[in-house]
Amino acid sequence: MNLTVKVQKKLGTFYLDADFAIQGDRFGVFGPSGGGKSTLVSLIAGLRYPDRGFISLDGETLFDSSRKLHIPPEHRRIGMVFQRPHLFPHLNVRNNLLYGYKRCDPRYRNVTLDKLVNVMQIGHLLDRGVRYLSGGERQRVAIGRAILSNPRLLLMDEPLSAVDDSLKFQIISYLKDTCAIFEIPYLFISHALVEMRVMTNQVITVVDGRVTGQVTAEGLARDRMKGTIGYMNLLRLTNPRRINGLSVYRWGGQELFVSSDSSLPETLFELSSTDIILFKRHPEAISARNLFEVTVTSVFDTGVRLGVELKCGSEVLIAEISKEAANELEIKEGAQIYAAVKAVAFKSLG
Amino acid sequence: MPVFSHSDYLAILLSVRVAVVATLLSLPFGFAVAYLMTYKRFRGRVALDVIVNLPLTLPPVVIGYLLLLLLGQSGWIGKWVLQPMGIKLIFTWKAAVIATSVVGFPLMVRSIRTGMETIDERLVQASRTLGAGWFDTIMNVILPLSVRGLIAGSILMFARGLGEFGATIIVAGNIPGVTQTIPLAIYEYVSSPRGDVMAMALCLVSITISVVVLIFHEWLSRRMTRAD
Repeated sequence: MNLTVKVQKKLGTFYLDADFAIQGDRFGVFGPSGGGKSTLVSLIAGLRYPDRGFISLDGETLFDSSRKLHIPPEHRRIGMVFQRPHLFPHLNVRNNLLYGYKRCDPRYRNVTLDKLVNVMQIGHLLDRGVRYLSGGERQRVAIGRAILSNPRLLLMDEPLSAVDDSLKFQIISYLKDTCAIFEIPYLFISHALVEMRVMTNQVITVVDGRVTGQVTAEGLARDRMKGTIGYMNLLRLTNPRRINGLSVYRWGGQELFVSSDSSLPETLFELSSTDIILFKRHPEAISARNLFEVTVTSVFDTGVRLGVELKCGSEVLIAEISKEAANELEIKEGAQIYAAVKAVAFKSLG
Repeated sequence: MPVFSHSDYLAILLSVRVAVVATLLSLPFGFAVAYLMTYKRFRGRVALDVIVNLPLTLPPVVIGYLLLLLLGQSGWIGKWVLQPMGIKLIFTWKAAVIATSVVGFPLMVRSIRTGMETIDERLVQASRTLGAGWFDTIMNVILPLSVRGLIAGSILMFARGLGEFGATIIVAGNIPGVTQTIPLAIYEYVSSPRGDVMAMALCLVSITISVVVLIFHEWLSRRMTRAD
């Protein structure tokens, strides 16, 4: 995806003035609610007209006010997943899925119904009316419908905001895997940092109608440590064993004890940077179930505290400690220290 | 037990025929106008709204008279369009259809609009981003989701059409066997001596048809709710 946007749009008292160019397949648009993210997306999709400006995608101009050019949405080949599924209530699942496919030029029909059904595991839903689907199933069908229209870019406008928390990360992994398998570039819009980090590599930030920057999702998360938010380490753990009521995962070449009753083959956990305790030397016995020998790879200032990047085997964790503690521990790049994490500190995201 | 004359039977049939034809004729126009009013912002929208709804507030006799002026031999349409084409409308059952259509049209548009306004705008947007043009979207999303409104509007208009009197008597006259509908026949019986019984009998016919139509509507809506 190679997207250039330079548009202005006035909506009542709100003014959107966006100017950016992005290149990459997994981009995010991040910013607080009401900042203009959805407006921006509807301009790219062609559902609204900018007042002035220029939009081009992969070398093709989609909108240019100076030439009075506006390609209508149906000719842009830009798919869209909305906050809610918005399935056609008069069609069953199969016909909802095929709605875009039937209207797609046969030249571009790379994803077919069979392939999609296989990847998304929705074969058993095909002949159902959409009213008989659960919330999560509906959103899956909506995602499938957009993908089956074989778009060259998929816009996802907070596609998880209306989904139960317990299902969010299941759907995220569907979304991510399906787009990866079919090689569909996407622009993922959200105000939730965790979703952003799981779904995207690069992020543009939109605040008060303006694009304020372009950073990596990871950089965004570290940047936000300066506020009161802290940092959440995200760990995707697979194939647990059960030992004494704890789940034991392989992680970075070592074993990780997690207090969770999840029996799913793959679970996403978050671990707060403030829940990691650092030791200068090996503590002989502690109550925390996880103790790793780690190497400090970088130290950065978060305002009041310090962020410490730790390398644990092949994995990376971010811990956050006070400056006094850092002095006492003699933390510096390359230092070998120990990190302890209680098994209950991991929070399952689903 | 009153016995209906041949022209009474013709009046009953004609009433039904005029109401059915007027309803079917108005359906596509009603849908188009409802679509414009619901989805489009254009200059003259308020004027269109007023014109479409005017028959609701005007006395039907006024509408009939305006139609007569318009479609009659010296009227704009009558003189410049109908006469050169050799079409004569006034005092035929077709004029009754036109009068019924004009009077019932706002009811139909209102019903369709009420249904259309409940269609989520996002469905229309989803359809567009999935590659459907505006006409494709109208036919495959808006039309099927407006079916309830179309049915409700048709039934309302049909029922209103059965009772049309004022506009019809002016443009179509009251010619037994040709343009006389149930209300016109009742009017004639009432104004003639000893016509009370026949007038009452035709009233019963009118009531029966209305009740059947309303029951049919109720049955249809229940069926559609169940299908949902």
